[in-house]
Amino acid sequence: MDTLPILSILTWTPAVAAVLILFLPQLIKSPEAARANAARWIALVTTMIVFALALWMTLAFDETKAGYQFVERADWYGMIQYHLGIDGISVLLILLTAFLMPLCILASWTSIEKRVVEYMAAFLLLQTLMIGVFCALDIVLFYIFFEAGLIPMYLIIGIWGGKNRVYAAYKFFLYTLLGSLFLLIAIAWMAITAKTTSIPDLQAFEFAKDAQTWLWLAFFASFAVKMPMWPVHTWLPDAHVEAPTAGSVILAGVLLKMGGYGFLRFSLPMFPEASNDFAPFVFALSGIAIVYTSLVAFRQTDIKKLIAYSSVAHMGFVTMGIFSGNEQGIQGALFQMLSHGVISGALFLCVGVIYDRMHTREIAQYGGLVNRMPIYAAVFLLFTMGNVGLPGTSGFVGEILTMQGAFNVDPVTAMVAASGVILSAAYMLTLYRKVVFGVIVNPALNTITDMNAREILIFVPLIAAALYLGFQPNIIFDQTATSAVALVDAFHANFK
Amino acid sequence: MAINQTMTAELFFQQVPYILPEITLAAGALIIMLIGAFMGDKGARLVTWLCVATIVAAGSMAVLHMPPEQVVVFSGSYAADGFSAYAKLIIALTAGSALLLSIDFLAEKKLDKPEFPVLALLATLGMFIMVSAHDLIALYVGVEMQSLALYVLAAYARDDARSSEAGLKYFVLGALSSGLLLYGCSLVYGFTGSVNFDVIAAQVAGERSIGVVFGLVFILCGLAFKMSAAPFHMWTPDVYEGSPTVSTAFFASAPKVAASVLFARVCFEAFGPLQKDWLGIVVIMAVLSMAIGALFALQQTNIKRLLAYSSIANMGYALVAIACGPEFGPKALLVFVSIYAITSVGLFGVVLSLRNTEGERVETISALSGLSRSNPLLASALTMLLFSVMGIPPLAGFFGKWEVILATSASGLLPLAIVLILASVVSAFYYLRIIKTVWFDEPHIAMVSVGASTTLTLTGATFVLAALTLLIGLVGSAASIAGAGFL
Repeated sequence: MDTLPILSILTWTPAVAAVLILFLPQLIKSPEAARANAARWIALVTTMIVFALALWMTLAFDETKAGYQFVERADWYGMIQYHLGIDGISVLLILLTAFLMPLCILASWTSIEKRVVEYMAAFLLLQTLMIGVFCALDIVLFYIFFEAGLIPMYLIIGIWGGKNRVYAAYKFFLYTLLGSLFLLIAIAWMAITAKTTSIPDLQAFEFAKDAQTWLWLAFFASFAVKMPMWPVHTWLPDAHVEAPTAGSVILAGVLLKMGGYGFLRFSLPMFPEASNDFAPFVFALSGIAIVYTSLVAFRQTDIKKLIAYSSVAHMGFVTMGIFSGNEQGIQGALFQMLSHGVISGALFLCVGVIYDRMHTREIAQYGGLVNRMPIYAAVFLLFTMGNVGLPGTSGFVGEILTMQGAFNVDPVTAMVAASGVILSAAYMLTLYRKVVFGVIVNPALNTITDMNAREILIFVPLIAAALYLGFQPNIIFDQTATSAVALVDAFHANFK
Repeated sequence: MAINQTMTAELFFQQVPYILPEITLAAGALIIMLIGAFMGDKGARLVTWLCVATIVAAGSMAVLHMPPEQVVVFSGSYAADGFSAYAKLIIALTAGSALLLSIDFLAEKKLDKPEFPVLALLATLGMFIMVSAHDLIALYVGVEMQSLALYVLAAYARDDARSSEAGLKYFVLGALSSGLLLYGCSLVYGFTGSVNFDVIAAQVAGERSIGVVFGLVFILCGLAFKMSAAPFHMWTPDVYEGSPTVSTAFFASAPKVAASVLFARVCFEAFGPLQKDWLGIVVIMAVLSMAIGALFALQQTNIKRLLAYSSIANMGYALVAIACGPEFGPKALLVFVSIYAITSVGLFGVVLSLRNTEGERVETISALSGLSRSNPLLASALTMLLFSVMGIPPLAGFFGKWEVILATSASGLLPLAIVLILASVVSAFYYLRIIKTVWFDEPHIAMVSVGASTTLTLTGATFVLAALTLLIGLVGSAASIAGAGFL
């Protein structure tokens, strides 16, 4: 280890800050309001620092190399090692996490009024675990970060959520836990068989064909729930609806990406033959997810639920791209994950803006917002278009590439997926029309105010990211290309 | 080894160092009992501290005098090895903490008499003998010594009808199981001609008579009762609920370690060659325990009953580790039960600290509502302990389950691992219910401050758990050294 352990610093800084915040009541004997303020500022400053570090790490990352970089390795528990490292697949997901976190803290600045100290600590802890997931190079370490994320998220939904929060928190926890425990058995079996838990070594290990099938299914059980894929997506709408705004942003922006990341990091490289065999199955599920959940989204009366179903549909593009097994598909899937992180995060923030004012998410309660909130209408329009996949926004690039990737393998699914683009336009534009256009019918809306400076500040980076990625997608592909090509080559090397 | 040696005085003194922990405990119990008798009830606090000190001293001695390889002393009846040393350390740690918990509780209930700690000390001696037993006599003496002391601890609140009922129920069913155990021992002795584990193993390795298998079944049933593994678990919820909570805290931790370690030793050492005979029994017990422990806990409203079912499920996981056989089982078992026992003491520490506005102790889950507002520290400790016993990483409980699942993979018992995770998910549901009550529900009771020694133990257990999480590598290597003896 001759360089700075940047990954450890990135991972653990938020956790240290979380502990600091939790001990605030012991440190500051001032009234609760002052402690809450201190917690907010500590959280904001920490997440900004982490973002700056992540940005620096991304710039220092050498995108021409295919292997893992910034590797840290130390013995920990038996064969389990504290082994961190990043490649082109994970580097941008870490950046995305670090990018969204300060925005989440800002979005919770005034909307969270009770137990601010615990809330900020839970978010910081969650950040540690999310970054840990993306840089762990030991499969058990990965599992620990992956699974531990349930604890803060369960508390975030359950304590600061909406009316039906307890049901949603339970459903989220148990659904994910059941999926993950199958993953744990598979990991144990792999550790015994391959005599290692190091991810690079496991990627090089050739598992027998039968074993691959079972292992693939166990990994699929976990990642499909996390993703979420149809038909195991039903926890997501509930969790999204009940979670506080920032919780939804993190859920859609980062936690869902762990599923896609898992497929890319484990399923494809470790079980190539099984991945190939199961690809038609995944295509079928993706196709159903894209069309069916789009139709479901169309019928929703709750804004957040609509966006949640739209997330499931967009994740369908990701799984389709990943299992196409070619460069376009995988690059597109990665791009779609990043772009969806920005756009769906922004959409949930948009909902948060009006929810903070009106305390309802019913579409029928809104209408004519453009008359009172012109800035909001413009911002919401931009992200609506992004979600539809309008060229020029980042949403377009990922969809076109994943479809192109899938078309090479399975034209039918690609065509089905293409219809999803039309459907997404249908439900998003309907939503936009009902909420923003028209005349104000609900008298309560007459006094609604436009976005304030803090809210505009939150959206500026998101708008910049969505447009920049839409016009300059190469900035992403340059980073991911080498790793994606290496992944594809290794994948196809099995079938020669 | 050394079975037919004549016991000379010289040999005796050579072998004494190996039983120094037990001598310490026995001598300590006798002396402390005298101190208690002279000082009367006002000496209860001092006596408790003395007992804790004795237990801690004995536990450390067991580790310090640990021989590098197994040494069997006293004509083959007593084994000193890493496996027993590790178990003794955990037993000492958890029994000592449970005793510390008792000081405030008993003083408040006006039950602070010196009998309680001395009985606990004697039970600890029984457990030490259990984990080192290397013949059927030592096994039976250890089990009975532990059990008799525990019966009295269950009935300790003598004016409380529930406590007396618990004691009686425990005693009657316990006596039945001791009978089974003894009958099994006599059958095994009759058919192999020896009570020594090594001789039994050598005998059954050759020709296996059906009588030995019968004896084996009886012995395992008797031990399963002491472990409270299904289908011999019926007493557990009633006794846990009726006994004074400090006694329950004691039952739920150290005796579970001792019983499961003894169970493993009997299976691996005495009946190692009969693995295919006992495997079926252990697997059935494991599956039943996990299923019953997980499903029956769902409808409990009393936190002590809930923890009773939780301990049945956890003993099921321990049996899974034993089913993995002498090669992979011991390490998994030691890691798992040690973490479970420590967590268990912590959980009962929390239960002991719960009071309503009138200062009365509460035992229902609904009384915990809003604990996170009224006592955030206690709520955080409880939450951490519950997530640990659920097996959610990065808490220590995860590593216990990881070791067990790893052992099942290594020994080809993956179906058991699947049952284990299904049980874990169902159990997660009721642990989450407690966390939900603590964090999500609005408070309707206020908590008063808890006693100093309870706070001390609770903080201790939580810190040990946190430290275990950080130092899990150390636990793992200690356990793998300790568990390597059966290879």
